[in-house]
Amino acid sequence: MYRHLFSRKNLGIPYALFLALFVMAPLFVLFYYAFTNGEGEFTVLNLTGFFTDPNTLGTLCYSFGIASVTTVVCLLMAYPVAYILATSKLRAKSVILMLFVMPMWINFSLRITALKEILTWIEGSLAYHPFLNTVLGMSYDFLPFMILPIYTTISKLDGALLEAARDLGAGNIQAFLKVTLPLSMPGIISGVSMVFLPAMTNYVVLDMLYNSTYIMGSLIGSYFAAYNWHGGSMIALILLGIVCLFTLFTRGIEEENTRGGMLL
Amino acid sequence: MEQNIIELKHITKTYKDGFTAVSDFNLEVKKGEFITFLGPSGCGKTTTLRMIAGFDLPTEGEILLNGKPITELPPNERPINTVFQRYALFPHMNIYENIAFGLRQKKTPENVIAKKVRKVLELVDLEGFEKRSIDTLSGGQQQRVAIARAVVNEPQILLLDEPLGALDLKMRKEMQLELKEMHRELGITFIYVTHDQEEALTMSDKIVVMAEGKMQQIGTPEDIYNEPINAFVADFIGDSNIFNGIMTGKLKARFCGGEFVCVDDIEEGTHITAVVRPEDVILTEPAGGQIRGIVTSVIFKGIHYEITVESGKNEIIAQSVYSAKTGDLVGVRVDPDNIHIMIAEDHTNIFRAEINKNNELEYNGNVLDVALTSVIKGSRQLEDGTILDANGSEIDTGKLKIKISIKPQDIELTDEQEEGLVQGYISNLIYKGDHYSYVIHTDLEQDFVVNDEYLWNMEDQVGLLMPVEKMIFSVKK
Repeated sequence: MYRHLFSRKNLGIPYALFLALFVMAPLFVLFYYAFTNGEGEFTVLNLTGFFTDPNTLGTLCYSFGIASVTTVVCLLMAYPVAYILATSKLRAKSVILMLFVMPMWINFSLRITALKEILTWIEGSLAYHPFLNTVLGMSYDFLPFMILPIYTTISKLDGALLEAARDLGAGNIQAFLKVTLPLSMPGIISGVSMVFLPAMTNYVVLDMLYNSTYIMGSLIGSYFAAYNWHGGSMIALILLGIVCLFTLFTRGIEEENTRGGMLL
Repeated sequence: MEQNIIELKHITKTYKDGFTAVSDFNLEVKKGEFITFLGPSGCGKTTTLRMIAGFDLPTEGEILLNGKPITELPPNERPINTVFQRYALFPHMNIYENIAFGLRQKKTPENVIAKKVRKVLELVDLEGFEKRSIDTLSGGQQQRVAIARAVVNEPQILLLDEPLGALDLKMRKEMQLELKEMHRELGITFIYVTHDQEEALTMSDKIVVMAEGKMQQIGTPEDIYNEPINAFVADFIGDSNIFNGIMTGKLKARFCGGEFVCVDDIEEGTHITAVVRPEDVILTEPAGGQIRGIVTSVIFKGIHYEITVESGKNEIIAQSVYSAKTGDLVGVRVDPDNIHIMIAEDHTNIFRAEINKNNELEYNGNVLDVALTSVIKGSRQLEDGTILDANGSEIDTGKLKIKISIKPQDIELTDEQEEGLVQGYISNLIYKGDHYSYVIHTDLEQDFVVNDEYLWNMEDQVGLLMPVEKMIFSVKK
């Protein structure tokens, strides 16, 4: 009797319920609101409205801008750190790596508040450079997510490949450009997707740094705050679409890059 | 006189942790030779290869290429290419790009690259594989690409680090012949590393046998096989019967419980190691051999039988096309030509003595009856105890290391343990005809070899008497 109760099939029920209630159902609701109007009739106006309204398009562009710059800044800072740590023979390297990652464990709003105070002290007022401040805040927040995957890929790199490159006449720089960099692409890609996508929507950073410009996250929030559930749902759906496209695209590159790597 | 393409002079490699991988290694390689470094894993063969390639720097010594020093030249500036143990092909490039990598570094024009890649692919039998990716290839094909990638650069020396280790037996045999063929066709110098003695014997012009970072023997495969220089080489190359023995007269040796006529003229009474190849052991009627024994096992090996004969405490392995029956009494005959005799490595005991604060030599808490001034050449002692060297300047005795060596026959065993310089128990004993050779494991965890004419028993607790006048001292700062 009890054995049947705890069979594999029965144990799956809570998860199935969870998926149905908290993943599938909200998605259906999202779709429903995105493609209906206030009267509950089917419409595509929410979709066309988004792409014709200069305000929402502007927000999309601004979000893209913030996210792109943040990603580039993170990448430029993270790659050298990850590379140096992964290739060094330092015994303390795991400690150093931990120091870079540790901010993740400190409350996010505390860190941003601290950053706010520092920036205010340096710049006089946060109002002068809202874009720069936002990028700084986000980079500070997301840097560990870029370092970790790159560090992992570079540490796993077969040292014999670099020796082979050197043996075949490549200097240190050439060996890096022709071997290390292309083979660390999977790490870069997963780092980029872990930074770029959250940076599109994380409006808390903007709020806390007094940047009143909307990004995608705050835009959705504003629609819902104004009880425009239909428009808000559509923007959320569009964002979901962008995320899906991005993931498909990066996975394509990743597969290309790791195909040979798996063999080693 | 052909020119040496590469010379290694007194090469020593010591790692930071103090481990010496290669010590005082000397080698000259002629242009176009196929030379093989052979030895068990950890013998330093790969380290030596890596120093030639430029991946590791020797701590001492010099490497000359065509007479010019290249010891510190980085790998990318050496006209030497390597085929790596696990191929190390670039997984993100197709075969064409892998092979073209070296040429691209030299800024070779694209049409020349295309031509050379096609030619080298022909050489390794992989025509038409240009666009294939690495992971679609079998191990053997990857191996060929790795060879092609190195050879296409027309290096002066091709280094191969156990290149066939990852292949199955059949593939390995095929590749051995192909590599040999390739070596003939290309005419470049091959330096090959392997732990497989058969591979070394099949392929090489010259073999360097290595053990514990030292070159044991260098020679043609025939030399190495027929005239091994010591027991290690004999044991490592081919199957061998190895016996300890003693010369009993001119061209006469006693080992394995019998007396054999041999061709090596070594002084009577010398301790020797005798090596007999199993295929040279002839089994006869009980009366027809130098010794007799009982067959204890017979194994069929395809083209021959491997027969083990026990004679007294010795075991002799013979290869014969004729079978034998377990339990048979047989005679064992070895012709003089087939007995290879080496002077046994001597068993001189070496141990370290301390210098106490009175500037006396001390070992195991016992003061040795010898003045430090007689140990250090040209030194003299002042009244206050300080010791001056030949130039009259003071010696810091705390920094000196004194090593004492003493021969096995100069040590005497005694029941009165406390009288001995050091105490221990007998961990091994061998009867050597006119005396017993004992191994004493001392309380200081060191093994001493002692020759004594009296019989002691295993596990006996004994003291070791070592006369100071028989000790040889060496001093190191």
